[in-house]
Amino acid sequence: MKTIATTFKRLKLNGRQALIPYVTMGYPALESALDIVPVLAAAGANLVELGVPFSDPLADGATIQAAAQRALANGMSLALCLEQAAMLRARGVTLPFVGMGYYNPILQFGLERFVAQAVASGIDGIIVPDLPPEEAGALYALATARGLDIIFLLAPTSDATRIQTVTALSGGFVYLVSLVGVTGVRDSLSPDLKDFVARVRAVTEKPLAVGFGIATPEQAAQVAQFADGVIVGSALVKEIGAAANPAGAARAFVAALRAAMDGAA
Amino acid sequence: MRELEAAYIAAMADADFTRELEHLLHEYAGRPTPLTFAARLTEALGGAQIYLKREDLAHTGAHKINNALGQALLAKRMGKRRIVAETGAGQHGVATATVCALLGLECVVYMGTVDIERQKLNVLRMNLLGAEVRGVDAGSRTLKDAINEAIRDWVTNVRDTHYLLGSALGPHPYPRMVRDFQSVIGVEAREQILAAAGRLPDVLVACVGGGSNAIGLFHPFLQDADVALIGVEAGGAGIASGRHAARFADPAVGRVGVLHGAQTYVLQDADGQIALTHSVSAGLDYAAVGPEHAWMRDVGRAEYVYATDREALDALQTLSRLEGIIPALESAHAIAEAIKRAPTMSPEQIMIVNVSGRGDKDMHTVAQVLGVEV
Repeated sequence: MKTIATTFKRLKLNGRQALIPYVTMGYPALESALDIVPVLAAAGANLVELGVPFSDPLADGATIQAAAQRALANGMSLALCLEQAAMLRARGVTLPFVGMGYYNPILQFGLERFVAQAVASGIDGIIVPDLPPEEAGALYALATARGLDIIFLLAPTSDATRIQTVTALSGGFVYLVSLVGVTGVRDSLSPDLKDFVARVRAVTEKPLAVGFGIATPEQAAQVAQFADGVIVGSALVKEIGAAANPAGAARAFVAALRAAMDGAA
Repeated sequence: MRELEAAYIAAMADADFTRELEHLLHEYAGRPTPLTFAARLTEALGGAQIYLKREDLAHTGAHKINNALGQALLAKRMGKRRIVAETGAGQHGVATATVCALLGLECVVYMGTVDIERQKLNVLRMNLLGAEVRGVDAGSRTLKDAINEAIRDWVTNVRDTHYLLGSALGPHPYPRMVRDFQSVIGVEAREQILAAAGRLPDVLVACVGGGSNAIGLFHPFLQDADVALIGVEAGGAGIASGRHAARFADPAVGRVGVLHGAQTYVLQDADGQIALTHSVSAGLDYAAVGPEHAWMRDVGRAEYVYATDREALDALQTLSRLEGIIPALESAHAIAEAIKRAPTMSPEQIMIVNVSGRGDKDMHTVAQVLGVEV
């Protein structure tokens, strides 16, 4: 059984939810991820999203776009992201890796070459937010043949047909976008979120992780009450960007999220 | 996206919808626009007879109104009360603000802060028309960043908002929808040239940013194999300088990629990061070309060339002096190609050049380049 699915299954048996932090690779410094990612598991993360910077990150808000621009200016690239993932594996990091990146850099890298190198670098799953399932055929076939999960997104506006398609195809877990919009810190969660999760839950047994706009330990705890996983991106990127010691800041913030989630469970 | 496609197909099959659109194009936008024989330009160049399709005479001063009217009517039919749009040169923003005023829709226009600076007059026009112009300070602060922001707004407010995309770009069904709404240009030009000259033209010339005015002119002639189609991209400071927006000119940087939901030729670096572009005309300053142009180029149906900033500025002055028509800087790229090409053709041959917009909005830029204080 694949790593991501196993991770969710194990957590479920223990009555816990996955905490999935997102980091922008190459931010704030080119090699920051090499310091940040190793401390996440001890702080209570169960998977990590490794964000590949892109010049035009359509699904992201201002925080992650700014981080991506800085990372690109630092010299980050898709090839280097994969190289750093492999280095993290070589240093003994066992946390499941979910690569999150936009389609054009992957297309230019070459789909086949990308899948082969991602697998060789220890990537367990990928999220390509600007690649809908209808257009994902080639990458999907290559990835699934190599055991690389492709995780697809659902939005609260997705209709029943869409929910069917995405839950059937999504590997590892299904990524539920908590709100209608882009990533970024919000003051409060959408009141419809719980219903949305229930609607998806009705048609699939796959784990459901919720992301976009989850910024505080309280919000993470709230989401953990009805979802299988909580994804925190922009808020963590903000903490990391503002800190003198990015790895320390990441550890403290992830630990606070974990404590709140476990308290609620 | 699916909701939009279904609504679009239903609308185009509904005689009431197409009748209302035709009525507005005629009574409000001033269509049909004339096809003007450019006698002095033709004489000066000593080659092909040059006709100008006068989109500069459409309401708001550019072809953008054709698509704005079509999509705004569609949005209203879909029950949307709010419109968001991107704009580069400001022409599409003005057209969108105009139709929103006409139809009583709320309007927000996203515009890169670099473009706001070079198109101040159009910002004022949009404000007068009741639209809110939001500056975009991310990335290159031009059209592509305005599109990013408009898409973000749209996905955030999709329940009551329509994204009125201004060029033949982006995800399906936009390229097709924009082409269809702009095809009125070519449909009219075809009838007009048959009436004026008794035959089809030999060459059509239009500038290509995203490519909506070009596809609008070209599309009704696609089946006429003897009509050559020439698209003119922005050569900026020259291809060798790397500061341009000519997606087809240099295969090292203009490669097939995916931007804003469309697979087409995109200016990008080796890692697939989208390149920064440059053109003196904000409306051509975009890293990707409309996917149908990429197709027409790959199958050999259309040819794509470029004109530099300098050539476009010279062409703007030439057309102003010889014909009393000040074209938009975008359209001046097409005129520049006509100036190069017409002398190589015979006086029996006919060329139609699309004057996609008028140049009033560009006086600030032209003054700067010419070193004139205004």
